[in-house]
Amino acid sequence: MSALLEFSGVTKSYGQGDVAFQALRGVDLKVNEGDFVAVMGPSGSGKSTVMNIIGCLDVPTTGSYRFRDVCIEDLSRNERALLRRHFLGFVFQGFNLLARTSAQENVELPLLYRGEPADVRAAAAKRALAQVGLAGWEHHTPAELSGGQQQRVAIARAIVTNPTLLLADEPTGNLDTRRSHEIMELLASLNRNNGITVLMVTHEEDMAAYARRVVHFVDGLVARDEVQEQAAGRLQERDHAVE
Amino acid sequence: MLWSSLLLAVREVRRNILRSFLTVLGIVIGVSAVITMVTLGNGATESVRQQVENLGSNLLMLRQARFRRGPPGSAGASGPPPFKLSDVDAIRERIPGIAAVAPEIEVNSTVVAYAKNWSTEVVGTTADYFLAGSWELAAGRFFNEQEANSGATLCVIGETIRKELYGTTAMPVGESLRVKNFSCEIIGVLKSKGQAPMGDQDDKVVMPLGAVQRRLAGSRRSISDIMISVASAEQIDTVKLQLTALMRERRRLAANEDDDFNVLDTRQIADTLSGTTQVLTGLLGAVASVSLLVGGIGIMNIMLVSVTERTREIGIRLAIGALEREVLLQFLIEAVVLAALGGLLGILIATIASVTLAALMGLPYHFDVGINLISFLFSAGIGVLFGYMPARRAAQLDPIDALRHE
Ligand SMILES: Nc1ncnc2c1ncn2[C@@H]1O[C@H](COP(=O)(O)OP(=O)(O)OP(=O)(O)O)[C@@H](O)[C@H]1O
Ligand SMILES: [Mg+2]
Repeated sequence: MSALLEFSGVTKSYGQGDVAFQALRGVDLKVNEGDFVAVMGPSGSGKSTVMNIIGCLDVPTTGSYRFRDVCIEDLSRNERALLRRHFLGFVFQGFNLLARTSAQENVELPLLYRGEPADVRAAAAKRALAQVGLAGWEHHTPAELSGGQQQRVAIARAIVTNPTLLLADEPTGNLDTRRSHEIMELLASLNRNNGITVLMVTHEEDMAAYARRVVHFVDGLVARDEVQEQAAGRLQERDHAVE
Repeated sequence: MLWSSLLLAVREVRRNILRSFLTVLGIVIGVSAVITMVTLGNGATESVRQQVENLGSNLLMLRQARFRRGPPGSAGASGPPPFKLSDVDAIRERIPGIAAVAPEIEVNSTVVAYAKNWSTEVVGTTADYFLAGSWELAAGRFFNEQEANSGATLCVIGETIRKELYGTTAMPVGESLRVKNFSCEIIGVLKSKGQAPMGDQDDKVVMPLGAVQRRLAGSRRSISDIMISVASAEQIDTVKLQLTALMRERRRLAANEDDDFNVLDTRQIADTLSGTTQVLTGLLGAVASVSLLVGGIGIMNIMLVSVTERTREIGIRLAIGALEREVLLQFLIEAVVLAALGGLLGILIATIASVTLAALMGLPYHFDVGINLISFLFSAGIGVLFGYMPARRAAQLDPIDALRHE
């Protein structure tokens, strides 16, 4: 497997001078095409910061980030936007849905910027909403949805484009156990069947168990990075069962 | 892309209907105020011009100068010499391009009919008067040259006299009208001309010059002015020069003496008077522009208040893969659509208001393309500026900063 993305010595500081705070302190990380990675770690350890940098929403203070052998620091704002448009799906920790905008329209948004025609957009958005269990909720606005439902709309918006890399920051944070497992099944099947590389932040061991690999962050550094033979094995079993 | 952005913008306007309404309100009020004021002002100017032009077409008025101006001490306090009937003949004979020349003697007098009194102006003149003043008849006839010269006791009355003394009955042609201490026969009724800046044009009795001189004013009563109607507008300036030269000669004015008479030109009068109303229009427009400006500031406020929410929205769009310029285009179109809607609504309201008010005030209404265009462009400009600038700042942020904006 080739490397989809590679961090070398990435640091990220917030603020300047005396009040400067280093959220990442030299992260080296490599994620292969088709991998399913869970990112874990205590609150404030820099997980969201890493996700934002991988998602090209933010840039490293020092160090380099390569996506498919392209150095992100060398790209212009517009090029980074195009990279997000064509390769990435992002589930934000805070959902970030457009207010007063229906679930359907929120999910259609990334397709709109990809220039898809209206009928294609509508069909794809409907399908994505059904995949996260929100069939029939298309015309509700975020204000009319529960936290968990909003989170699932955000997931639908991230997967609707069938991205190369899916970045999910605590995608099950607001969901009950049963829903959480359904979402994890969905992510696992997208990873397995559509070849989508998944990077997911979670605090729950149960959810991390779906991933092939778990990266632990502590204080802005990678503390542990382990491949879960067991998870991989379980997934393989399921693959056989599907066949 | 443009079309879809337009649809998107319209959808955004609908989605935030209250915000859109508040944004547009200032523009609507400003635009409609400016357009209404200027349109009504223009109507007033036009109406003044029309009234003056009603006095007669290509009309020159020869009048006595108020004060004799000359070298100090040369003539003392005595006024300039009066106009004579021979002046009228001289003008007619010696100046080419003249359609009509009519002397006027104006005497205020009371007229009586059916035991009703009316105080009015009696004009003694010749038959040319009706031509020079562009008068038309509602009934009967004008008096002719012979009748004018003979000083017959005939008269042609204005519409106001007819209304006041004879009421709604038929035209009083052939009836008699008592003027001071003699009675004269009404041979015609003039068609109404309405108000002029100097008063009601229909409130007059027109009689042969001789009759007025002999019976009302005494023969020493002098001709107060001479009306000269020029055949074509291009000749007015030449005729004016010739007239001045002729009168100077006839009044034996030395080269170093000023004119002791004035030549007024209806066009000039119209220009002067409409100049005044134009200044007023400008003032009204300026005052109304302030409301347009206040409307613009209102827009700016609304836009600034909504900037937090908008910044987050921009962050979301950027994070999802929108290009900076796509986001800006959307916001630009949104601002233009809003401002244009406001402008159009303003124009609509202004048109309704101007038509109604113009009708109420008896002013002519003309759709003024210029002011409509200017206020529309101004409102669009304000909308774009204030709608676009905050969005521009937001779109230049890193997506993550825009998303975190609070
Ligand atoms: N914009 C910012 N300005 C200043 N400090 C920041 C900013 N964003 C993050 N930080 C700091 O960086 C550190 C890492 O933040 P990050 O959001 O990556 O944590 P996290 O691992 O995602 O935590 P959680 O599990 O609570 O979401 C935190 O201590 C936070 O205070
Ligand atoms: Mg986080």
